[in-house]
Amino acid sequence: MGPLIPQGIITGQWDFVIALLIGTAFGFLLESSGFSSSRNIAGVFYGYNFVVLRVFFTAMIVAMVGLLYFNYLGWIELDMVFVLPTYLAPMILGGFIMGLGFVIGGFCPGTSYTACAIGKLDGFAFLGGFIIGVFIFAEAFPLFENFYYSGYMGNITIGEVFSVSNELVTFIFVIMAIVAFYVTWLIEKKVRKNRTESKFE
Amino acid sequence: MKKNSNINKGPRYINPYFGGVLLGLLLLATFYIAGRGLSASGAVKLSIVAIVDKIAPAHAEGNAYYDKFIPTDGSSPLFNWLIFGAIGTFFGGMLSGGIYGRLKKLRIEHSPNITGTTRMIAAVVGGMLFGIGSQFGRGCSSGAALSGTASLSFGGLLVMVFMFGIGYVFAYFFRKLWI
Repeated sequence: MGPLIPQGIITGQWDFVIALLIGTAFGFLLESSGFSSSRNIAGVFYGYNFVVLRVFFTAMIVAMVGLLYFNYLGWIELDMVFVLPTYLAPMILGGFIMGLGFVIGGFCPGTSYTACAIGKLDGFAFLGGFIIGVFIFAEAFPLFENFYYSGYMGNITIGEVFSVSNELVTFIFVIMAIVAFYVTWLIEKKVRKNRTESKFE
Repeated sequence: MKKNSNINKGPRYINPYFGGVLLGLLLLATFYIAGRGLSASGAVKLSIVAIVDKIAPAHAEGNAYYDKFIPTDGSSPLFNWLIFGAIGTFFGGMLSGGIYGRLKKLRIEHSPNITGTTRMIAAVVGGMLFGIGSQFGRGCSSGAALSGTASLSFGGLLVMVFMFGIGYVFAYFFRKLWI
């Protein structure tokens, strides 16, 4: 059956309507989980609020396990699901730069949209910086074009890299997530004892 | 209800695990419908491509990065799934903020230890870094770290590990901004 759009089951301009609806649900969930506040998000780095880790890891394992079951039940053609290609060094550098941006700016692009949506000027500042950053990258692209395409490994999965089944990879992620939920709960309890406020609006 | 809301003065957010399950189901539905995951940074990239292509078409075509994203059939780069998704994300955030009473007048949120100006500068700098990093990373937290890793992409995992890992490495140096 699925995925519906790549198989041509949903056609025409309906996909933009669907994109709008999916986007709306995405924005709603980000905001209602507390991601319109940079101080909530940054809590993951200082131990006073692990909401980012909880929402992110829960979503990730639900989608991972769901994809495996959909595949097992024959509901989705996994080969047609997009696996982000890997460019080794550029993606490590990208993650590095974004990590720095994360702890300085307190948002990521998606969460900054929701911060803007409820009137946070720091959300607009982040988004403005983001636009400038992408523009700088594009303008300077000829300088590092070779590096940008280096380390290409194709649309490779985690299981293929470590020569294990993707079912096992998913299982390990689920276990790691549960351990992380427990450990961060303990840390958070301890850190919050010395603070008056740990959840922000 | 009223009495309860007076006692509990904290912000009203949904349970993070519940939110995570819903977000995971949404991501799964997106994979099922579109064959790809959620995205946030792609919309900004395409908007910039569209603007540069409009103002300086020769410059855009001469630059391999802009040129990569200009549709060959002559349609606008804005006529894209990612743009509609981002518009939705904005309105979804507004909807949630409206329902939970967080949709208010313009304001800067910052730690009491820093000024609003410092927070604004940090937000611009952080945004710029994210803008550059997300292009090298082939996506941001949504497209690469979350959707990429959920579809078991090795590159997605790399972005996720380095994004959070480096955040922890540098957290000490930027602690004044937050705690």
